[in-house]
Amino acid sequence: MTEQSTQPHDAALDGGGGALLEASHISKIFGGLVAVNDVTFRVPEKAIVSLIGPNGAGKTTFFNCLTGLYRPTTGRVVFDGQDITAKRADLVTRAGIARTFQNIKLFRTMTSIENVQVGMHSQLRSRVTGMVIRTPFVRREEKASYERARELLRFVGLKRHNELAMNLPYGDQRRLEIARALASDPRLLLLDEPTAGMNPQESEELRRLMDTLRTERGISVLLIEHDMKVVMNVSDHITVLDHGEKIAEGPPAEVRANPRVIEAYLGSQA
Amino acid sequence: MSTATATLRTNAAGIRRLLPNWAWGLIFIGLAILYPYILDQLLAAPDDLLDASIQTLGFMIMALGLNIVVGFAGLLDLGYVAFYAIGAFVIGWLGSQQFPDVAGGKGIHILTRAKSAFGSDVPGIHINFFIVIFIAAGFTAIWGVILGAPTLRLRGDYLAIVTLAFGEIVPRVFENSTSGIFGIGHTDFSNGRQGITPIDKINLPWTTETLRYPLELKPVYYVGLFMVLLVIFFNIRLRDSRLGRAWIAVREDEVAAASMGVNLVRTKLWAYAIGAALGGFAGAFLGTYNNTVNVDQFEFGFSVFILCMVIIGGMGNIWGVMLGAVVLSLLNRYLLKELNGIPDKIGLDFDVTSINFGIFGFFLLVMMVLRPEGLLPSSRRKLELHGEVDETDHIGAESDHELYEVRQS
Repeated sequence: MTEQSTQPHDAALDGGGGALLEASHISKIFGGLVAVNDVTFRVPEKAIVSLIGPNGAGKTTFFNCLTGLYRPTTGRVVFDGQDITAKRADLVTRAGIARTFQNIKLFRTMTSIENVQVGMHSQLRSRVTGMVIRTPFVRREEKASYERARELLRFVGLKRHNELAMNLPYGDQRRLEIARALASDPRLLLLDEPTAGMNPQESEELRRLMDTLRTERGISVLLIEHDMKVVMNVSDHITVLDHGEKIAEGPPAEVRANPRVIEAYLGSQA
Repeated sequence: MSTATATLRTNAAGIRRLLPNWAWGLIFIGLAILYPYILDQLLAAPDDLLDASIQTLGFMIMALGLNIVVGFAGLLDLGYVAFYAIGAFVIGWLGSQQFPDVAGGKGIHILTRAKSAFGSDVPGIHINFFIVIFIAAGFTAIWGVILGAPTLRLRGDYLAIVTLAFGEIVPRVFENSTSGIFGIGHTDFSNGRQGITPIDKINLPWTTETLRYPLELKPVYYVGLFMVLLVIFFNIRLRDSRLGRAWIAVREDEVAAASMGVNLVRTKLWAYAIGAALGGFAGAFLGTYNNTVNVDQFEFGFSVFILCMVIIGGMGNIWGVMLGAVVLSLLNRYLLKELNGIPDKIGLDFDVTSINFGIFGFFLLVMMVLRPEGLLPSSRRKLELHGEVDETDHIGAESDHELYEVRQS
């Protein structure tokens, strides 16, 4: 595991039918710090996969490598048969991956609706001249995007559509981030600690939402989460990172019993 | 005090709601059209104020252009004067006798008079003003992209410094283009410090008769007004579009914007290009109105002047920025003259106009303390600072129910 693989391709992972996202041998090194070390990882179609690990395990860094915010030092990311390694973030989104952020990153002075409409950016086709003349096409598209934004906000259960994002309560801001991510019509949704700061009731609503996404919209979800109740209930598959390395993976029951995982979380006990 | 301002604000909002937005728009356009005649009635010598107003129209267009870059996209540009210079030089080249040798001395004429009053050929390039302004806008837009591209990775102070440098470089390039530009060729592009003068007067495309400013100012006022209205229309359309939303998203959070599929490079370059284009558009107008294109007009102070209009008026708000342009250009023209007597009275000997930027700096400081959001803040910033919420969305049968549910969570 600790051995640095220079080979960008892992034959064992190829041809594993139904994988939506395949990340092989991802490493990210910041100066002398190895934040992510040779992690190989896959998300099947219509699955809910969780990435867990103690604080500082490299989970968010790994997320950023997948979504184009960081360029991985080594490794290769294939999404839906397309190589998206080190592609720009907006192109990754265009390819069908959307994400939320651990520390909420909404457009604070825009309304909920506008936030979601920005999420649709890559879906809209208006050109600048069209926007100025406001052609019938642009008019229709604007109206449709507005309607769809409202629909997405209803879907995530957010009621205040014309409120500025910064004035929304915390739980609603989390919901708005999910609605905004869904607006790009993704096939894979990356949620970075979505239940942080939520009460148990809200966490439960979120869990149901993820289920709905998978069953009704066919969206896979990749989840970073600390709330073990949510993780164990919702995931098909769990991967555990510690100090940038993958230390375990498998179905929830298996991971829960894994001694290395227990050690990582609780510390080794003599 | 605060209750008084609050009442004032509610009253203002109440008056605004008396008529729909388009009606207010028509009223303002009507007033703007009648304005020269109103001045005629009110003042014995209206030409001075009308002249100031025409200059103001030009500054308004520039402030609206800079507002796109600074107010919408959040890119602090301290070198906006570069685009004024480029636009002004475009009309200097395409509407004067700067290039006497073109077409064998006969000159090129498009929708302008080809023969002088004595029947001889008018040398140089002479293209109709209404074509030149769009050429100027397009040409400056290209330069907006060229100068904007190297700054894309910079933020905040660093961006400001680089744009400031561009604002200094561009006029210097023109100043030194007396024998070829960028060292290419030997044509004189600028007459050095003398500048290009005279510049062709505006003539309407269907006649070769030119407008007779500075003797008769009303027609040229209407040309300026027409340009301003065009620019306002353009700005409103862009603000309420996919691109306008992307600009604000980039201003708010670049990382999040990119992760939502916004192409940062393209979005920023559009802001630079359109902002620059409006600078060039106004530059061409002021070039012909002032009848000269001279590098001395394009100082760093001018960039700050336009930026102050944007900030004092209310960053990101089209109407605020226009108000800022009116206030500042009139202050610059009249208040400084009034203040000029003061140093003398208290026994000091200096010219107030020489410290005009100190005075503007003082205004800016006072503004930042008393009303940081500007005279007419954009609705976003107003909501941000005062928490006024547009509840129209909740009006309806389930409004109470909705609010109740929200509080529960």
